[in-house]
Amino acid sequence: MSFHNVFAVLMKFDVVIVGAGLAGMRAAIAIAEKNSRVSIAIIAKTYPIRCHSVCAEGGTAAVLDENDSFDLHAWDTIKGSDFLADQDAVEFFVRECPKEILTLDAWGCPWSRTPDGRIAQRPFGGHSFNRTVFAMDRTGFHEVHTLYERMLMFPNIERFNEFFLTNLIVEDNTVKGVTAIDLKTGELVLFEAKAVILATGGAGRIYGFTTYSHTVTGDGMAVAYRCGVPLKDMEFFQFHPTGLVPSGILMTEACRGEGGYLLNKNGERFMKKYAPERMELAPRDVVARAMWREIIEGRGLEGDYGPYIALDLTHLGEEKIEERLPLIRETAMKFAGIDPVEEPIPVKPVAHYTMGGIHTNVNCETPIKGLFACGEVACISIHGANRLGSNSTAECLVFGRVAGERALEYVLKRDFKSVSRKEFEREESRIFDELLGRSGDESPYAIKRELNETMDKNLWIFREEKGMKEAVKKIRELKERYKNVEIVDKHRGFNTDLIQTLEIGYMLDLAEVVAICALLRKESRGAHYRLDYPKRDDENWLKHSLAYKTADGVKVDYLPVTITKWKPTERRY
Amino acid sequence: MRFKIRRFDGERSYWQEFDVPVKRGMTVLEALYYIKENLDPTLSFRASCRMGVCGSCAVRINGKPRLACETQVSKLKEPVKIEPLKNFNVIRDLVTDFEGFFKKHEIVKPYLIRKSEGEIRQTPEQLKRYYIYTLCIKCGACMSACPVAKNCLGPMPVVSAYRFNEDSRDEGKEERLKILSDHIWHCHFVAECSEVCPKDLNPAEVIQKLRLEVLKFSMRW
Repeated sequence: MSFHNVFAVLMKFDVVIVGAGLAGMRAAIAIAEKNSRVSIAIIAKTYPIRCHSVCAEGGTAAVLDENDSFDLHAWDTIKGSDFLADQDAVEFFVRECPKEILTLDAWGCPWSRTPDGRIAQRPFGGHSFNRTVFAMDRTGFHEVHTLYERMLMFPNIERFNEFFLTNLIVEDNTVKGVTAIDLKTGELVLFEAKAVILATGGAGRIYGFTTYSHTVTGDGMAVAYRCGVPLKDMEFFQFHPTGLVPSGILMTEACRGEGGYLLNKNGERFMKKYAPERMELAPRDVVARAMWREIIEGRGLEGDYGPYIALDLTHLGEEKIEERLPLIRETAMKFAGIDPVEEPIPVKPVAHYTMGGIHTNVNCETPIKGLFACGEVACISIHGANRLGSNSTAECLVFGRVAGERALEYVLKRDFKSVSRKEFEREESRIFDELLGRSGDESPYAIKRELNETMDKNLWIFREEKGMKEAVKKIRELKERYKNVEIVDKHRGFNTDLIQTLEIGYMLDLAEVVAICALLRKESRGAHYRLDYPKRDDENWLKHSLAYKTADGVKVDYLPVTITKWKPTERRY
Repeated sequence: MRFKIRRFDGERSYWQEFDVPVKRGMTVLEALYYIKENLDPTLSFRASCRMGVCGSCAVRINGKPRLACETQVSKLKEPVKIEPLKNFNVIRDLVTDFEGFFKKHEIVKPYLIRKSEGEIRQTPEQLKRYYIYTLCIKCGACMSACPVAKNCLGPMPVVSAYRFNEDSRDEGKEERLKILSDHIWHCHFVAECSEVCPKDLNPAEVIQKLRLEVLKFSMRW
């Protein structure tokens, strides 16, 4: 079968944004608001309102109350990060959050309100003030729809829906464009650009039990990594305490923010043993670890899908649940057959957030000129070893805007650099001849299943050397087998077999980085907890890891953490 | 359990049957993934969040447009017939073309129009007036069920327009009513849209309310 009957489709934009979730759309609007002549393409593999950001539930952190302070938000974030966050970045971040909340208000976001019409705020894990702004328990959904609607007002933003990222074109350490498959036609399209902003989200589907949408496969991270951009702090993966059993669907932290309890099989609020002050509202790494300990020590409740923990909202009453947590009620009823008004929700810790990502500075700049990253795909780093709830949507808004503004400044001083026909043809041949045209005897889906099993077993909440070594070995074996994968579907139009196989290739690269960085870090910090090194070790490990792809495999370097005014202390809650 | 799926490969349209081992709590979306990963990798469908908020996976299940991710297979009659949405052109298998759908959405200026500046207040009562209409996930189920959607805007954009018209922060109601006056008269009020909406919105009622408002507006009451 020949695949050479393809015409190169060429597009040219000043800025190309890849990813149309919160961060990507915020970036697009930031550029368009400042300049109506700059051409902007926003390309994404789903329609913008189908992005994973719609699954964010609990809220967005911002200092709005006069009794709260930027320093307090920064301190909470830094302590939550187990002191791995860069403090200059955090200080900048917290000051920008309130503006984003008010901006989204003026753009129509249906924020939940106080009786006198102000924006309401609720308590959240690890925050020592009620600073989480929310729109019921559908905050991400409403923020996404608000940004999408706003984006429609700008004629210089062109949307390319259902375009799948395959590569970045980089020459002389400068980005020149991206290539993407137009799903509908199956053609490879070249987007020439002066600047590229990656906003493709996390890498959560490397795990099996996860809150992530099916589409969150780390595309931008993997593509940047393959082009030589280092990935920072990839060993730090967040496990959210409350994933619905058995699907893994997120049961927001707001369940506990609004007063919900976590109970073991003896009906005990066991968090009193682990975090006597903050209880259920300790940061996620602390709560997830406590739950996991209860489970492995035999104090979980027994269910059809193994042991679990009970998330009890029954004492909140129907009125409060309907008013503050309607989506949770609807979801628990539809997907677990349980009405939280009547009985506790069965939950387990679940893979939820990629703290690591593309290495950027506070301006969202990567080491490649003209290449920016923002949102979950990036690691600035403001979350360090453990992100606080409601800081991720805030990050997408703040740094989406920053990435947009910086990219705009950059493109105004630059000219296009043309991409040679040859470069494009090489990419076309890689995908359509080498991958789609290949015959082999491996199923991509079997590889993905085995990858998920390995990650769930060996790079979960409690880690140790033996398991992580096993994982590295297994992932390398899977990468070898992937070379022999066959895509059964040979059609061009809407070939999801091809797309998913490419995604699995991305995930294998990223999983290897996660496993190797985790194996190398011989300490416990934030979400990275090792049974064989159970203490934090500031002397040797108060540093970011940077993973590079080299001809000899993954190479890991380290980078100091920026400390401004908060010295690392013992972390108690 | 037997699934009968309407396939389309770009040229040919046909039915194909698959037997799927069913587990307790299994959804139609999980069954589709089972087929793709184990029986036939060429099956094409859309999915993302698998929790009923992204709107990707609406298909016709035993004739009725529904979200595959939140439909339990145990509650369905066998064989389970799965087809693409109606009133959309089929691209491949269960994947339909949504470009026109989103263009229709844009026509009604579905964004907050506001010239005023400064602090905004909105009471919980004011929020309640429009909040339910913000819940539309744009899955296309209402458009599939509507007998006249091919020739007019269809239910979804009208709900969007109403959502902003009723928002106390908005100052664009007149612009939208002007636009709607050209678009709102096709509805036969069979109310199928309200019947199938996975978010329990009531587009049929909204259309009636807006007709009245358009009339009042055009008579300058």
